[in-house]
Amino acid sequence: MSVAEQSIAGAEARGHGFLASSVGRKVVMAATGVILFGFVTVHMLGNLTSYMGAEAMNHYAQFLRTMVHGMGIWVFRAVLLTAVGLHIWAATTLTLDNMAARPVGYRNQQNVASTWASRTMRWSGVILAAFIIYHLLHLTTGTVHPNFDHANPYANFVNGFKVPAAAGFYIVAQLCLGLHMWHGVWSCTQSFGLAHPRYNSLRRNFATGLTVLVVGVNISYPIAVLTGFIH
Amino acid sequence: MSKHFNLTLHVWRQKNAKCDGKFVEYPAENISPDMSFLEMLDVVNEGLIRKGEEPIAFDHDCREGICGTCSMVINGRPHGPRERTTTCQLHMRSFKDGDSITLEPWRAEAFPVIKDLMVDRGAFDRIIAAGGFISVPTGSPQDANALPIPKESADLSMDAAACIGCGACVAACPNASAMLFVSAKISHLGHLPQGQPERYLRVRDMIAQMDAEEFGTCTNHGECEAACPKGIKMENIARMNRDFIKASLTYRPATTSGGGAG
Amino acid sequence: MELKSKIPDGPIDKKWEKHKFDLKLVNPANKRKYKVLVVGSGLAGGAAAASMAELGYEVECFCYQDSPRRAHSIAAQGGINAAKNYQNDGDSVYRLFYDTVKGGDFRAREANVHRLAEVSNNIIDQCVAQGVPFAREYGGLLDNRSFGGAQVSRTFYARGQTGQQLLIGAYQALERQIGLGKVKMFPRHEMLEVIVVDGVAKGIVVRDMVTGEVTSHVADAVCLATGGYGNVFYLSTNAKGCNGTAVWRAYKKGAAFANPCFTQIHPTCIPVTGDHQSKLTLMSESLRNDGRIWVPKRKEDCGKPASEIPEEDRDYYLERKYPSYGNLAPRDVSSRAAKQVCDEGRGVGPTRLGVYLDFSDAINRLGAAKIEEKYGNLFEMYERITDENPYKTPMRIFPASHYTMGGLWVDYNLMSTIPGLFVLGEANFSDHGANRLGASALMQGLADGYFVIPYTIGGYLAGIKPGTRIKADDPAVKAAEQAVNDRTDKLMSIGGKETPTHFHRELGKVMWEMCGMGRNEAGLKKALELIPQIREEFWKNLRIPGSGNDLNQSLEAAGRVADFLEIGELMCLDALERRESCGGHFREEWQTEEGEALRDDENFAHVAAWEYKGEGQAPVRHTEQLTFENVHLATRSYK
Repeated sequence: MSVAEQSIAGAEARGHGFLASSVGRKVVMAATGVILFGFVTVHMLGNLTSYMGAEAMNHYAQFLRTMVHGMGIWVFRAVLLTAVGLHIWAATTLTLDNMAARPVGYRNQQNVASTWASRTMRWSGVILAAFIIYHLLHLTTGTVHPNFDHANPYANFVNGFKVPAAAGFYIVAQLCLGLHMWHGVWSCTQSFGLAHPRYNSLRRNFATGLTVLVVGVNISYPIAVLTGFIH
Repeated sequence: MSKHFNLTLHVWRQKNAKCDGKFVEYPAENISPDMSFLEMLDVVNEGLIRKGEEPIAFDHDCREGICGTCSMVINGRPHGPRERTTTCQLHMRSFKDGDSITLEPWRAEAFPVIKDLMVDRGAFDRIIAAGGFISVPTGSPQDANALPIPKESADLSMDAAACIGCGACVAACPNASAMLFVSAKISHLGHLPQGQPERYLRVRDMIAQMDAEEFGTCTNHGECEAACPKGIKMENIARMNRDFIKASLTYRPATTSGGGAG
Repeated sequence: MELKSKIPDGPIDKKWEKHKFDLKLVNPANKRKYKVLVVGSGLAGGAAAASMAELGYEVECFCYQDSPRRAHSIAAQGGINAAKNYQNDGDSVYRLFYDTVKGGDFRAREANVHRLAEVSNNIIDQCVAQGVPFAREYGGLLDNRSFGGAQVSRTFYARGQTGQQLLIGAYQALERQIGLGKVKMFPRHEMLEVIVVDGVAKGIVVRDMVTGEVTSHVADAVCLATGGYGNVFYLSTNAKGCNGTAVWRAYKKGAAFANPCFTQIHPTCIPVTGDHQSKLTLMSESLRNDGRIWVPKRKEDCGKPASEIPEEDRDYYLERKYPSYGNLAPRDVSSRAAKQVCDEGRGVGPTRLGVYLDFSDAINRLGAAKIEEKYGNLFEMYERITDENPYKTPMRIFPASHYTMGGLWVDYNLMSTIPGLFVLGEANFSDHGANRLGASALMQGLADGYFVIPYTIGGYLAGIKPGTRIKADDPAVKAAEQAVNDRTDKLMSIGGKETPTHFHRELGKVMWEMCGMGRNEAGLKKALELIPQIREEFWKNLRIPGSGNDLNQSLEAAGRVADFLEIGELMCLDALERRESCGGHFREEWQTEEGEALRDDENFAHVAAWEYKGEGQAPVRHTEQLTFENVHLATRSYK
């Protein structure tokens, strides 16, 4: 049906549901995004134990595995997995919709206000997804780790980053995370409707600050290992 | 008077919605910097007619920047290089001798090309018909001053109501999203006490229609705000999202039949 | 032809109330059986279509724009008048009525104007209820300003975009009815013929401007709300698409055309820059509150930059000629004065068709910041168009065609001399006489659409048996369609060399020169010779590429120009026959020693309505005598 022949959607479309609507899926993106940003922030903070030595980090890992009689970590994993799933689902469907919304592009569109970060969200997102899989195989299951020891996360951490290629991928992934977070954190405040001229600069600054903190600290880990600061 | 100059135009020519289009090159000669962009096209078209060729079809009407009819992407930017300007208010002094200018129609699935640079923006009308109004029939409403409205609310409403419905926001958005347009109407009516009774019904209805028209989704690039000739703010989109979340959370299926346009 | 105005009896302030009661009503269950066509979707058409659909009639609405929201009502800047007296400054319905009759130089019907003033208050209430964001005071109440020299503050406004906001209000009401299925909207459709059966309007023929398809729509009544014919001057403040085609087709089918020579020239527009000029942009009249208008005293100085002309060599001609009103003299007076100084060779700017509007005194007195606060957006608009900074060099302005008070003759019910054909807004002649006051056009459009036609259409339809509409295959329908197709074929097959715009420009020059701000017998007679020549050349040497069965903007333009070439002639004829000066119609032979308009109330206190008599026949001039029982005939003085 051509658009010109469309009629007013009316009540049926109105009832088409939150998750089917464009704004609804944006809100899902934002809400799951908050969970994921919250996770990376906590993850970054937890890994600071690496600077305190093997004992501290292994103790922290032990705590994660045993909290709430060992159930805690599974609850976390379930929440994260659901969030990642929903985030990817919303991103994929919205991206497909957006591509369909402009089947014929411009000869040379000039971007005025958008940022490199905003325009590369789908690519930084895909790289992050690949990284998450690698990261789990690397330091959670140890499948792609050169010498994995379930009992010694600290050693896994140090040995893992001693491989320059692994450390390099990790750093690249963190830069992608930076781009993704910088646009995403600000963007989710917009999707939740948290805009007010008095606080608009705060929203940007918060996104920048959180991104620099998380990415800066995360990148410091492989660098610290490679330079021998953590050993 | 300033010196006249010459340009080369690369114009999207498309006979109708069904045919494929292509870029065609035209010289634009002896152009005065005092001409508006559309007057430059008039000159080119007069020349084409005299040669017996079909002139370039483009939408235009008031030529004073308020009707929102003119719509073309000039060198990759809707309404051209000047900020807060419609094509009709863009003047040739923004260009220089020898420039090459690419002209394209608004590109969006929801705005099918009718001919050359003209598109069908009926989708915008249908979004308004779905809920962009206050349901008061003509009659004898209360006295206009019976309901005091804070100046700030009236001003914010007016800021949003300044939208001319040209569609530059959709054309500029990398996702061809209409959210700036839709949210401007929601803010225009939502800032006023008269708009409150239908506020949450309106946001659901308008967004449902917007989705049905196959516009894209906002990913917060901000290109719409930069392209808007009337300076409509992205803050309106946030406001719309907020209203939509509340509307969705508080929606009572049984009580909504019979309202609005649906 | 008999012009029955159907003005109700009784005192002026009871006429409308009484008439509303006397009008027959249509049974609610029967309303949906009547179909009404509305041509035009501006303030009058949009409001009428929405309001009639709300009442239950089946409505179809047509506009040439791509959306009803784009009608040229949108461009009105200043505001809308209403007799609310919120400011406690002595305004009243009677005073608004009085000012409008007087401002129109006593060439409007008292009864119509009083009704307009009465419903002005309802309009504001209605628009506020619709969500029109009028300017407010801090206390939350509506703000007003004084406009166009009025002595009371009765103008309601929404920044500099009042027309836009009012139109969007009407548009939203219309879209609501479209969504409900009560109005069927036909954008990008141009009306090209009225279908008249036994002297009664029964439908229209339209051309789909996208596909070129010609179709007919039959109905029980037709409302034309198609605006004015100001584009007859080629350059005007009207939108490029504004045209006189619909009213002209109605005229040729038997609707009388009233006072075609009453046109308004607005004094503050941005001057023409060259032959490429396609339209003129209005600068709000409010600028005259602080700007001083002048030209050099000597011709030789006109080429110099303004800054090199010393104070003693400047002629502040409005202040000199009209000491009490000065730069605020009414539109027609200031426009003529500008023309006069330019005719003397004292105009400024590259084309010498311009006068200075100088803010340097105001900037010295109030400071640039204050001026920016008041007029910043206007200054910015001026700079954008002209590339000159009005804070540093004086603005240049020149008058331009702006509004047409003339239009199809209508009775008190807004019905033309063709029964069933109603005419609303600028397209009719009824309320502004020979000169329209600022902020009154929006008022009239909405009054007709929201508060007059919904009542009077019922009075007409109640007299028609429901379900007696003609069929779509009626011979009259086919004949009207054929006429449209023949005309299109005729235009397409000329095969000459020149563009429609070329002929339009030629016509515009003649009209502006000879039937513009100042008119005289010799000039008008000359114009009546020249226009048929241009028309003949048009039909011989026009070129339209492409096809008639397709989107063809040249064809659209050509059809409109063809009609303007006839409208222009009728305007000149009317101007020639009206041997007096009144309002916007200034006959140079009738002026006082000081150059002021001299009315002839004895012989011309009437409406001149022209009846079409056929191709090649002279039209017949009918008159409707105007009586002034409430406002006494007096000479306007702005000294």
